[in-house]
Amino acid sequence: MGALTARFGAGLAGFFVLLVGFWLAGLVLAPNLMMIDFALRPNLLPADVGGPADVYSLDNLAYLAGEPVHRDIFFKTVWASALVMLATFVVCYPLAYWLAQTASPSAASLVVLALIVPFWINEVLRTLAWYILFAFRGPLNALLLGLGILDEPMRWYGDGGVLVGMVYAYILFMLFPIYNSIESLEKAQVEAARDLGASTWRIHTRIVIPHAKAGIATGCVFTFMLAAGSYVAPALLGAPGSRWFTQIIYNWFFEGGDWNRGAAYALVLLVLCLAVVLITLRVFRVSLTDVAK
Amino acid sequence: MSHSVALERITMSFGATKAVDDVSFTVEPGEFFSILGPSGCGKTTILRMVAGFLAPSAGRVLIGDRDMAGLGPNQRPTAMIFQSLALFPLMPVWENIAFGLEARGVPRAKRRRRADELLELIALPGYGDRKIAELSGGQKQRVAIARALAVEPEVLLLDEPLSALDLKLRQHMRAELRAIQKRTGVTFLYITHDQSEALAMSDRVAVMSAGVLQQVAAPRTLYEDPETPFVARFVGETNAIPGTVAHVADGIAALDTAHGRLSARAGRGVAAGRAATLYVRPEALGIAAADAPSALGARVERLDFEGAFGLLHAVTADGAAVLAALPSTTLGAAPAAGEAVRFAFAPRDAIALGAAQGEA
Ligand SMILES: Nc1ncnc2c1ncn2[C@@H]1O[C@H](COP(=O)(O)OP(=O)(O)O)[C@@H](O)[C@H]1O
Ligand SMILES: [Mg+2]
Repeated sequence: MGALTARFGAGLAGFFVLLVGFWLAGLVLAPNLMMIDFALRPNLLPADVGGPADVYSLDNLAYLAGEPVHRDIFFKTVWASALVMLATFVVCYPLAYWLAQTASPSAASLVVLALIVPFWINEVLRTLAWYILFAFRGPLNALLLGLGILDEPMRWYGDGGVLVGMVYAYILFMLFPIYNSIESLEKAQVEAARDLGASTWRIHTRIVIPHAKAGIATGCVFTFMLAAGSYVAPALLGAPGSRWFTQIIYNWFFEGGDWNRGAAYALVLLVLCLAVVLITLRVFRVSLTDVAK
Repeated sequence: MSHSVALERITMSFGATKAVDDVSFTVEPGEFFSILGPSGCGKTTILRMVAGFLAPSAGRVLIGDRDMAGLGPNQRPTAMIFQSLALFPLMPVWENIAFGLEARGVPRAKRRRRADELLELIALPGYGDRKIAELSGGQKQRVAIARALAVEPEVLLLDEPLSALDLKLRQHMRAELRAIQKRTGVTFLYITHDQSEALAMSDRVAVMSAGVLQQVAAPRTLYEDPETPFVARFVGETNAIPGTVAHVADGIAALDTAHGRLSARAGRGVAAGRAATLYVRPEALGIAAADAPSALGARVERLDFEGAFGLLHAVTADGAAVLAALPSTTLGAAPAAGEAVRFAFAPRDAIALGAAQGEA
């Protein structure tokens, strides 16, 4: 506050503090508190709200625990999101390393541009593009049939389609944190390791990954949370057998008309994401301030 | 006879520029061999070709008489000490030193023992568990040397390793490097742009200019018998006096210069009637006797007293600077600023070189 006042004067500094306060209280804290409130109340007719039946309970959470289909979808969403995170990492790490350490500046900027341009388009439309590519009578099947790789068209919608769509959707969230952290690694360290006889595998496990772990943790946390909270990709590219937990939440709110149960489900998802963030940070031994950088 | 390192007609081009142009030399086992030249002359490029980070555009690199073509840095019996040292900041000192052994699959306990031995060698016993960030510049330097020695290389490649240190530490590390080299008997291929460093430490020095090898010789030979004008100017201080060769007799050339006829040993490219330049070291100049037949006339600008020597800065009539190092004991008779002075020198202490070849 002292530094802010010195820099912008008391009036402007006060305004900034007020803005941040409003953002925290009004746009972060209040909705979440309301969600918790909703989650813990029963779903009542408007006439009964505030009546003797309107008491706090864990019924909505218990319902999720006792409902096998929803429970399975929840756990499936967890591990499938982890899979998306892993797949995105596997795709992004070599690319980030190449961009940061070996690519010529012109090649690097060309590739970065090619990666960013599609993201100027809305996520729904981008996913729709995959929807078209993956269609039963779509270009992908036509290509594979034409090349003789397939004898008859494949059904791509489902788990595989969702995975591909999400890896593509979140690639930049994984790529840039890793790229940033690898870029700060001095090239001579990689050369020194090689000169001392290290294999490529050892160079990465002992030198590059330890150096880049804050970036890797950041990318993983981002990707996991985005995947777990994703709605578009599973809705478009999924099949009835590959439903996502977000779709269940959506149904409670807008089809089941039970906001309370929807809020309870959303709360569970939020807690899960928080847990994943904390566990990932613990596993990578990085602090939140490292990630914020 | 088996050479430790042999470069055979090495050329390295980056696009249109030749960073290294047809360079050949050999380094003998156990030798402290330096490559000396100004920044950008291709020293690092040569070292990286020996280490295996770069493949030469033409020519061969041999180590211990084996052709290194197609072998990567991790397959060559060399170890490099980088200009930036490139220590691994996330590993403790001992793991840094033992990294090469780790890559070779040596068990942990043995690695630790070897690292501790090397820490003794570099006079840092007990530093194994320190972090790299806790070390001083000189200590990091020594850890980098230990890390390279741990893999028992046949040749240690050093890329201006002392350039980041302050003067005092640099002087100290020179002696230390030299001592470590003698103790281990490893061949050192050392590059530097600092001529006093090269002269003080090396058994032999290769002088380079703009990618071209100028001369390979022992430090004293470089200083006393430069073969090219570049070496004469770059190694140590010198005074250059251009002229035309009148005649050559008994290895002594007589040159007609702006100061009259001056004599010097006849070096490379000197022949009667050709243009040549006479080079004479500041310490070879003395104040001429009044009746000296030939001398270098100039006007004194200033005298810098340096303890054992006084450096007399003077300018000739045609504007060329002359530097003379006079022993302090003779300074009483030295002329004052603004006065005329005449310098004389023995022909044996000067050398004339033909202007024809590669002036840089
Ligand atoms: N990878 C490269 N690409 C293009 N030019 C290079 C490269 N490496 C070095 N050079 C050029 O080659 C010349 C010699 O460089 P270098 O060997 O680093 O000199 P030194 O170590 O003697 O200072 C310089 O002109 C430099 O610009
Ligand atoms: Mg260099």
